[in-house]
Amino acid sequence: MSEDLPAWSLPAEALADSRLAPDWPAGVTREWAFGGSTGAGVRVCVIDSGVDADPRIGAVQSAVVVERGEDGVLHVEPDDRGDLCGHGNACAGIIRALAPECEIHSVRVLGAGFSGNGALLVEGLRHALRERYDVVNLSLSTASEEWRAGLHELTDKGFFQRSLIVASAHNMPVESFPWQFASVISVGSHDQPDAMTWYANPEPPVDLFGRGVDVEVAWLAGETITATGNSFAAPHISGICALIRSKHPTLAPAGVKHLLMLLADNVEEND
Amino acid sequence: MTDQSLQAAVAAGVMAAEPEQRALLASIVTVARSIFHAKAASVFLYDEETDELVFEAVSGEGEQSLVGTRLPSGTGVAGWVLTSRQPLVIDDTSKDSRHSVETAKRTGFLPENLMCAPLLDADRALGVIQILDRPLRPGAVLAEVDLLGQFANQAALALLQLQRARRVQRVLAGESDEVQVVARLAESLARAAPGSAVEQRVALLDALSNVLRGDDAR
Repeated sequence: MSEDLPAWSLPAEALADSRLAPDWPAGVTREWAFGGSTGAGVRVCVIDSGVDADPRIGAVQSAVVVERGEDGVLHVEPDDRGDLCGHGNACAGIIRALAPECEIHSVRVLGAGFSGNGALLVEGLRHALRERYDVVNLSLSTASEEWRAGLHELTDKGFFQRSLIVASAHNMPVESFPWQFASVISVGSHDQPDAMTWYANPEPPVDLFGRGVDVEVAWLAGETITATGNSFAAPHISGICALIRSKHPTLAPAGVKHLLMLLADNVEEND
Repeated sequence: MTDQSLQAAVAAGVMAAEPEQRALLASIVTVARSIFHAKAASVFLYDEETDELVFEAVSGEGEQSLVGTRLPSGTGVAGWVLTSRQPLVIDDTSKDSRHSVETAKRTGFLPENLMCAPLLDADRALGVIQILDRPLRPGAVLAEVDLLGQFANQAALALLQLQRARRVQRVLAGESDEVQVVARLAESLARAAPGSAVEQRVALLDALSNVLRGDDAR
């Protein structure tokens, strides 16, 4: 892996450089972690552009939108508009494909064309934590310093209240949040075609690489597109987190994160 | 140095800066196109006043004709990337609704594949960079997006300098009265008698400054 490029993605050719030490602790298996799990009983929140009631995704258990009212204050209201840009459908579809019996709860903070801002993102995350969702998928970030402290506080809160926040790394070499915080599981992309393949990153802040290249995803109006980006890698890890939380409901975010590291495909014992 | 001669010196510096920034942008797209072996590469500037994307630099297809061409900001892939502030890779434009055939027709070139990345200044998108019709290499896309990100950061710096040069030009040419407004405020403040009224005015200006600095960025 070239040192002058950010380690936010993991091309296949760089796999050899990311081998983890052979003294890595062992003793857990994927069978123990999520064998037989369907995600049943796990409440997954998708903070994004909304989620459509689409047969490729299945039922959406609840949907709200964060929007600024005429009084200038942000409100969380019930939302019946579904997905406005396709991105939320893509994330929800990936999660459901891996954890078919998990609940999907949509918190819409983006509009058409993926438009949004830091204030909506912060309020959406605050709402998700109030609802104490088990897994929160955040394929979004903000590069505005204005929201750094607030997001840091919220992700710490999630970490301690057992809401597992899975955040995609920015696809550009820029500083952004909250994926860089230690209290979230941060996700970049690998280019392997298997949804259940993930790699641990020996060089955080990205914790894991999930499938993020040429992913067939649900988009708008029944359209399926082939998409690439960390936005689509994060929901793969969210889906796997849902499987783990379903089988081990008391496992805290720190435990799930370590489990994912131990079970990653670039750990020698897992070969 | 008198105010007039200072103004002339600043103006001369600014006038010289714009062609250099434009040349730098042209160089960036030329190198990007060459490295990706693409048919075309271009940089769009987002014009906030008109809400349009403007071709600022083009290499390859359209090089002679497209610079200065304006498109509505919500148009096609460039518009999507501008709004989302995320890069986008489409390997087959015929199978992705985010690509606008109508827009491509206006540019006279229908690409089969493209990569596009935002030019960012923190959360603000200044424009986008596009690479059209590069040879597709299996397993290369992650490295290509990383590389495009580096080009985008370079182009963003050049675009930021270009925008600043143009803004100063407008002010010096008297097309903008923002400097005069600030000067009048400062003059009023300097003339005010010492006391609590001055403190209140300073506090007011400070608050105004904070408001103007704030953004609605993600």
